[in-house]
Amino acid sequence: MIINHPILGPRDAAEFTYLGDASLLNRPDWQAADAADQFYEYLYLRDNPAGEHRELWYHEQGDRSWLVVTRNTLTHEISSVELASDVARAQGNKK
Amino acid sequence: MTQVNRLKGGLINHAKPLNFSFDGKSYVGCAGDTLASALLANNVRLMGRSFKYHRPRGPLTAGSEEPNAIVELRTGARQEPNTRATTAELFDGLVANSQNRWPSLAFDAMAINDRFSNFLTAGFYYKTFMWPAAFWEKVYEPIIRKAAGLGSLSMQDDPDAYDKGFLHCDLLIIGAGPTGLAAALTAGRAGANVILADEDYAIGGRLNAETFTLDDAPAPLWIASVLAELNSLPNVRTMSRTTVIGAFDHGVYGAVERVSDHLSTPAPDKPRQVFWRIYTKRSLLCAGAIERPIAFENNDRPGIMLASAIRSYANRWAATPARQIAIFTNNDDGHRTAADLIAKGVKVSAVIDPRTDAPISTNVEVLAGAQVIDTIGRLGVKQLTVQLADGSTRHVHCEALGVSGGWNPNVHISSHHRGRPEWDAQIAAFTPGKDGPQGLSVAGAATGIFSTAGALKSGMKSAVSALKDLDISAKPIKLPKAEDAPVNIKAFWHVNSGKGRAWLDQQNDVTVKDVKLAHQENFRSVEHLKRYTTLGMATDQGKTSNMGGLAIMAELAGKTIPEVGTTIFRPPYTPVSMGALGGRAVGKNFHPFRNSPSHKWATEQGAVFVEVGNWLRAQWFPKQGETHWRQSVDREVIATRKSVGICDVTTLGKIDVQGADAATFLNKVYCNGFAKLAVGKTRYGLMLREDGIVMDDGTAARLAEDHFVVTTTTANAVSVYRHMEFCRQCLWPDLDVQLISTTESWAQFAVAGPNARKLLQKIVDPKFDISNEAFPFMGCGAITVCGGLRSRLFRISFSGELAFEIAVPTRYGDALMRRMMEAGEEFDVVPYGTEALGVMRIEKGHAAGNELNGTCTALNLGMGRMVSKKKDSIGSTLSERTGLNEPDAWVQVGLKPVDPKNAVVAGSHLMNKTGEVSAKTDQGYITSAAYSPILQSSIGLGFLKDGGNRKGEIIRAVNPLKNQEVLLEVVSMHFYDPEGELLRA
Amino acid sequence: MRFSGFKVIKEALMGHKGWGPQWRNPEPKSHYDIIIIGGGGHGLATAYYLAKEFGQKNIAVLEKGWIGGGNVGRNTTIIRSNYLLDGNEPFYEFSLKLWEGLEQDFNYNAMVSQRGILNLIHSDGQRDAFMRRGNGMILNGADAEYLTADQIRAENPFLNFDDARFPIKGGLAQRRGGTVRHDAVAWGYARGADQRGVDIIQNCEVTGLRIENGVCKGVETSRGFIGANKVGSCVAGSSSRIMAHANIRLPIESHVLQAFVSEGLKPTIPGVITFGAGHFYVSQSDKGGLVFGGDIDGYNTYAQRGNLPTVEDVCESGMAIMPMIGRSRMLRMWGGVMDMSMDGSPIIDKTHIDGLYFNGGWCYGGFKATPASGWCYAHLLAKDEPHKVATAYRLDRFKRGYMIDEKGMGAQPNLH
Repeated sequence: MIINHPILGPRDAAEFTYLGDASLLNRPDWQAADAADQFYEYLYLRDNPAGEHRELWYHEQGDRSWLVVTRNTLTHEISSVELASDVARAQGNKK
Repeated sequence: MTQVNRLKGGLINHAKPLNFSFDGKSYVGCAGDTLASALLANNVRLMGRSFKYHRPRGPLTAGSEEPNAIVELRTGARQEPNTRATTAELFDGLVANSQNRWPSLAFDAMAINDRFSNFLTAGFYYKTFMWPAAFWEKVYEPIIRKAAGLGSLSMQDDPDAYDKGFLHCDLLIIGAGPTGLAAALTAGRAGANVILADEDYAIGGRLNAETFTLDDAPAPLWIASVLAELNSLPNVRTMSRTTVIGAFDHGVYGAVERVSDHLSTPAPDKPRQVFWRIYTKRSLLCAGAIERPIAFENNDRPGIMLASAIRSYANRWAATPARQIAIFTNNDDGHRTAADLIAKGVKVSAVIDPRTDAPISTNVEVLAGAQVIDTIGRLGVKQLTVQLADGSTRHVHCEALGVSGGWNPNVHISSHHRGRPEWDAQIAAFTPGKDGPQGLSVAGAATGIFSTAGALKSGMKSAVSALKDLDISAKPIKLPKAEDAPVNIKAFWHVNSGKGRAWLDQQNDVTVKDVKLAHQENFRSVEHLKRYTTLGMATDQGKTSNMGGLAIMAELAGKTIPEVGTTIFRPPYTPVSMGALGGRAVGKNFHPFRNSPSHKWATEQGAVFVEVGNWLRAQWFPKQGETHWRQSVDREVIATRKSVGICDVTTLGKIDVQGADAATFLNKVYCNGFAKLAVGKTRYGLMLREDGIVMDDGTAARLAEDHFVVTTTTANAVSVYRHMEFCRQCLWPDLDVQLISTTESWAQFAVAGPNARKLLQKIVDPKFDISNEAFPFMGCGAITVCGGLRSRLFRISFSGELAFEIAVPTRYGDALMRRMMEAGEEFDVVPYGTEALGVMRIEKGHAAGNELNGTCTALNLGMGRMVSKKKDSIGSTLSERTGLNEPDAWVQVGLKPVDPKNAVVAGSHLMNKTGEVSAKTDQGYITSAAYSPILQSSIGLGFLKDGGNRKGEIIRAVNPLKNQEVLLEVVSMHFYDPEGELLRA
Repeated sequence: MRFSGFKVIKEALMGHKGWGPQWRNPEPKSHYDIIIIGGGGHGLATAYYLAKEFGQKNIAVLEKGWIGGGNVGRNTTIIRSNYLLDGNEPFYEFSLKLWEGLEQDFNYNAMVSQRGILNLIHSDGQRDAFMRRGNGMILNGADAEYLTADQIRAENPFLNFDDARFPIKGGLAQRRGGTVRHDAVAWGYARGADQRGVDIIQNCEVTGLRIENGVCKGVETSRGFIGANKVGSCVAGSSSRIMAHANIRLPIESHVLQAFVSEGLKPTIPGVITFGAGHFYVSQSDKGGLVFGGDIDGYNTYAQRGNLPTVEDVCESGMAIMPMIGRSRMLRMWGGVMDMSMDGSPIIDKTHIDGLYFNGGWCYGGFKATPASGWCYAHLLAKDEPHKVATAYRLDRFKRGYMIDEKGMGAQPNLH
């Protein structure tokens, strides 16, 4: 597979390390009343879709960017690649 | 007499004879021959035995789809089983032997199976060999395994080298027949970067096997002119002897180039084969078509071949399998073979064509509406029984028979992404489906366009259209005038008569009867058919056999062939040597070595090294006279504890953390507090995974308000850094913090022992005070050493001694080690390796890899209270789950044998002193063990149920693997200096 | 009809006319007591044991395509019970014992071959961990044997002892481990279940679950609605897709594991060998092919195919540990999609919806588990309580903190 890195251009997927569903960006609030349940769902439950999947890849043998890759799990076709930090900021992850 | 079946002409060099041997007998062939063509020229048709019935077999094809003529090529460590004689290039001195037969190819004792074929039908083995139960492994299976298999390996290491390479292009053209050549020329002239790959050693594909003319000149002349132009274009790379083996995601293709297989041994410094990964924007499959046989009784005898193969041997290799040949065909193409053979002076007995409207010839007798219903000739076909149109039978004499059941487009690679081929009734065959690999288009015979003119045009047009996608404008090229014969075929799959066996899959001995039985037993899905009968599972993946099986299943099920469906092909297109796929990653080169900065020095000292991941670390430093590793290790421990020792700890992960929010960041990734750590101080930190399990431990040293240096364990250096980057980029992107791994930037040494400070004082520049008052335990700071060399000093201790870790830029590591050893001479300094390091950390009760195994919590390590509840940190919430906080959870303890003569063995399970020994009564296990020369006893660490409350208890360590049982006392895990007075000295 | 050597001879002499379908192709009934979704090895085994051991009479197995087409049709055929943790070991040992009597039990020769499995050890840490494992196996009633490098060399002289990047320091052997002819397992269970009245319905895709008031009433299929008192999902690889019909999110990701087979060779490798310093394991089939594999590709996928980096990694590891296979050739590569769970261990449990049951999360260990998975799932479906060797395989173990993490990799499925 080839991942079109937003900064570096197309790179072989073998340069990357895969983590999983991009929902791992949505780390819950530790002080929420149901924090235990929220953390359980956050860490363990997955949509695991057959089709479009937003997922985290790390450019381990490259610039060490975390990327959010949108890839079809049936065809492996990649439709978008974004810097995870941009996605995280856009959804309100701050400090 | 040699080469009695050698004809004139062809593309071989008659003037260059090559000597070779087959089954110990010497023969002569010509340069340009394959092993199969040379053997046929020498009137040898028997080349192998089938898998199950050990039927005598000759070549069926003239290409890589060959199921029968497979041999053991070469001898000694280069012996190469299952090599297709039909593609093995002849070289002088080639040695080949037949396989899967005993004692000889002509007389094979295992052919007894053929007599019992009625009992050995599809799947018979699923129904028997079950009684008595123990007999399967002891009796039946060994016999079956010995009989099964094809060729044999030498069992010696492969002496040849293999390489891997990477290529990039705009357009990869797979197959260099007329289609591929027209495409390459079109794309090449347009300036596109083109790779043209063909499995054959001669470029030209089917054109080399035909007598066609292009622009009224023989085809080889056209091929030569196209090749000359392609070779002149810097943007075109033509690769012969290169098989594209598979299509992978995003335009990545695998290809194997056989660099040296046509030579007796690879030239010096040349690999045998190269495995290429080709990255291409578009690809064009021009893989042609493969002829398919017709099933009839005893259609597997040596000499019965595909009609096109006989034509190839005659036209390209100037070899004929026999001097008298018959043809059995259901389509016009089969008649071409008859015509070409006659032109070459070979006698054609008859052309048998089941079509009543078969074309008539003036040169040969055509038996229209006739079928071959049986053959005789055990080691080579001698005579056919032909049923004529009027129902009468007639014997036809021949020594070879060319069979053509039509052509199957070579859809193989188009189905590698599980795309389904589609049925084309016009040619009675499957063509590539529309859901093939992205960016791949198909042209020429591979799409069912079988005429030369059609192929050329298709190749050109497909190239233009593929390049258009890339915004490369390619102009149509002028194509030569070529034959444009229509396809004329009447689907005809098998002769329906008689009680004998008609073969579909010749290698695996699958017959029409087997397909019928599968249907009868409800193995009707094509996948069930394949798996139950093994149809198409031979080394050719059923290239010549699958269609026949499908057609018969369709007939039996009363369905059309497309309704029955088809199995799809899997990579590789043809089998690939493991050597090529392994490349250079063999032996010591399997993984790269990481050597620590003192490696050279340690080597000079005669250190024994140990693999730690990709690192090589000094394990111990034997001194003269030491014959057992324990002597060295004990000495290193004692010397360190008595005076001073030095250990290279560069392999531990080092991460620089900088930025205004560095402390905030560390406070979130460590479960214990870091916000208030003073500058100039170091703290032990425990890092959890989000699931509350310990990820790693290490230290973080605060060199400045906005600058920390974090250390990790050697094993987790990469994953911890990755995790910290995840936290930084994905969870808290607005924190002002930057991370960089500096593991390889700094050489770091532990200097431990009562004289550690004294030694270092001789190294550290005098303006830096490292006295206990100025530089106390857990202090840290940037200093200079050896007269101005920048350095970092940390007063941390893994050994439990007064100890420092000193770091200098990596390139000075070797020099620093030498300088410290010199400076330490007066203290009898010793270097110590990972074994002594391990002994001392166990004596101190420090957890390491054996304890931090990815399932233990802070509570298990006896550090439950380190997990701060006052802040958010990774893992803190989920660490509170019930299952991780059981009242009798395992807790790390120290373990000491009651009888000091006994050994504590890691991996032993812990049991109560008395009572049952079983999984149910399991109390934990020993994680690490060592002999402590200080305590003069074996000691260990372990996880013990409720271990925090069991000090002083006597328990048992059971080790049923070694049949050992030892009484242990549960003690503090801090065996040595439990109050920590030494490290604060 | 019973299979036997006598029957084979009789049929051979009688023209093979007496062989009937090994299972029927029935039309689906409108209602069953129990519906199993998925005609793979586990689903067919569940139906077989439900009928044979738990007295159930009215059972259907619904299969989207052809039976045995999932992972039972594409695995690398290894059976073993060499697990580390007490949550797993008794289950896999139960499975191995069932394998040992399986062929006589279901009257089908699945070629269960206890050729032994050997895990090679390349470091002291690995040795300590394997000692713990081997001792745990014995304490759980399984067999295990620690072998020194010399003992290994005597049995497997072809391994790389002289030029190894990661020298072989020992190994843990389980002599009762081995291989099985995988397809025959599906067929044997199918035939046995069919003979006991189970309806095996192929080409019947489940498109929905009918759930009313928190109770599962049956399944919507490509062949219409079929009612049931109990519905059991048994579709590892596609678990998330089926359970999504009930709006259940699972602690599971789908990943592809590639597998490979070489051309047929005369006997080369005695048993199963796993390389402890790279991703490679290998055995030799009765037909002579070297059957081997390595690690999963590592990204979520439902495509039954993988990519070259993993292919090459596996082959490099193979060449590193047994350089004598350089001149053998890889014949075929393929991929299977598997449920990778969050702790690397499976799930056999009820769901919060009455009448809806779940079996999945087998990671790449599902084949060896087939008999025990079938038995334990049948137990759960018939009795509504877990079998004693499967009590740890609960859906809520992640929420409660009772993970069964053999590899210690945590909640990252592609690392298990």
